[in-house]
Amino acid sequence: MKVEQISIFIENKSGRLAEVTRILGEAKVNIRALSLADTSDFGILRLIVDDTDLALRVLKEHHFTVNKTEVIGVEVPDQPGGLCSILEILDKNDINVEYMYAFVERSKGNAVIIFRFDSVDEAIRVLTENKITVLKGERISTL
Amino acid sequence: MIWNDEFETLPREAIESLQLKRLQQTVERVNATVPFYRESFRKAGITPGDIKTLADLQKLPFTLKQDMRDNYPYGLFAVPLEQIVRIHASSGTTGKPTVVGYTKRDIDTWAELMARSFVAAGAHKGDVIHNAYGYGLFTGGLGAHYGAEKLGASVIPMSGGNSKKQLMIMQDFGSTVLTCTPSYSLFLAEIAAEEGIDIRELKLKVGIFGAEPWSETMRREIEEKLNLKAIDIYGLSEILGPGVGIECIEAQNGLHIWEDHFIPEIINPDTGEVLAAGEKGELVITTITKEGIPLIRYRTRDITRLSKEPCICGRTHARLERLSGRSDDMLIIRGVNVFPSQIESVLFNIEGVEPHYQLIVERDGNLDTLEVQVEVNEQTFSDEIKVLQGLSSQIRKEIKDLLGVTCIVRLVEPKSITRSEGKAKRVIDNSQ
Repeated sequence: MKVEQISIFIENKSGRLAEVTRILGEAKVNIRALSLADTSDFGILRLIVDDTDLALRVLKEHHFTVNKTEVIGVEVPDQPGGLCSILEILDKNDINVEYMYAFVERSKGNAVIIFRFDSVDEAIRVLTENKITVLKGERISTL
Repeated sequence: MIWNDEFETLPREAIESLQLKRLQQTVERVNATVPFYRESFRKAGITPGDIKTLADLQKLPFTLKQDMRDNYPYGLFAVPLEQIVRIHASSGTTGKPTVVGYTKRDIDTWAELMARSFVAAGAHKGDVIHNAYGYGLFTGGLGAHYGAEKLGASVIPMSGGNSKKQLMIMQDFGSTVLTCTPSYSLFLAEIAAEEGIDIRELKLKVGIFGAEPWSETMRREIEEKLNLKAIDIYGLSEILGPGVGIECIEAQNGLHIWEDHFIPEIINPDTGEVLAAGEKGELVITTITKEGIPLIRYRTRDITRLSKEPCICGRTHARLERLSGRSDDMLIIRGVNVFPSQIESVLFNIEGVEPHYQLIVERDGNLDTLEVQVEVNEQTFSDEIKVLQGLSSQIRKEIKDLLGVTCIVRLVEPKSITRSEGKAKRVIDNSQ
């Protein structure tokens, strides 16, 4: 049920994002989803790619600080209030969202949102109990 | 183990009477042969005959680094150039370098004191000494080299740089003692990790590190990463080069300064007054056996204190507390005095923080700002912004709590701080 995400530390200076994408491109790694969180000094680029281990290896070879975390991909009805219904479920069950971002592709007509929780297993349990579709890792990379 | 039992364990009274005799000879000699000293003694109203006790040393004027610059290059030499067999010079990052000349006997003395230092650090005849101090005008390389040969060890004259080759030689030649700057030892450990070499498994047992100030926490970091005993050595080219003082491996607590060749004093750097035993101040050294360029009361700008308490190793020579830094390395940030080594201590005490850092001082209007750059590594990195901001604020808070100075912490990418193969450049001062 979990999806592997890689995060990369990026200093706030020109050319660093281009450098990351160049390295991944040359290694033939395809980016499936991304989000960039930034502060005035640095940013954290979070990516879901088609080959996590390869991406980790090539970025480390180029001296980037990289780590791997588990996130989950959730199907969200593509209609007004769709995301809200899911967030309400999480809120009711005291599950804190660390961050989230949208996936580019759709799954069976639904939007896909990537969630990062502190308690991933608990979140998966609550969501499935509430009949929300949590996508399998393999499914995400083939969307 | 002690290299020179007779001189290294002299009773205090014997050290002092030897010092007085040698001081009197030195003052006599520089008065006769160095116009700078003749003039400065005359101005102070002192003649060599006035030096009757060691306390009379305080009547003599100081020698400053500026005096060496003013007499560039050979003006302070006390012998004709025909008797000088070696010339070294300091790096001279600002202006002209300071030049020193050695007679044949000075070179022998230096080798003797470096041999003593090697033995104090736990090295002996059978060791393979991997000397990664720079060879050249800098005194580090050749100073350690001659001492290692005098000791009878096998010395590998590596000099600095070419780190992968350094590691290959260490592995293949079975180096047991490493001599370099403390920051370079950590850089070697980093390169070893990249190359898949387990540096802890090499035969290194002792590292003799100097030429830049380093903290106690950095020592623990080096000892852990390289699996060796890290020994602090002190020296400066004006006085001799490496081997003016060294820690003994038995105590690792203060650096023995070779008192049969140097007279150390601690003064208040602002007033010039000599401080009581145990007080912290600027180290002043008088050389009492140097022939080429004897210096009277040379102001080292190094801040330390002096202890004459007996040491467990059996040596009777006084000990300098580990140096917190040169007074000219000291930063004054909005009225607070800060040594880079103090910031280093704070950083190394935070779990996971890299031993590579840089301090940037800027002038913003009338205020100085201090930026501390710290590299993010896998241990401190997180995909969550709040964790990284928490790290920044923890560093900022601990520096504020311990040193009383507010700084900006900037997290930077790994390897983005320049690695040094010689003396690490910890401070970039843009405020001048």
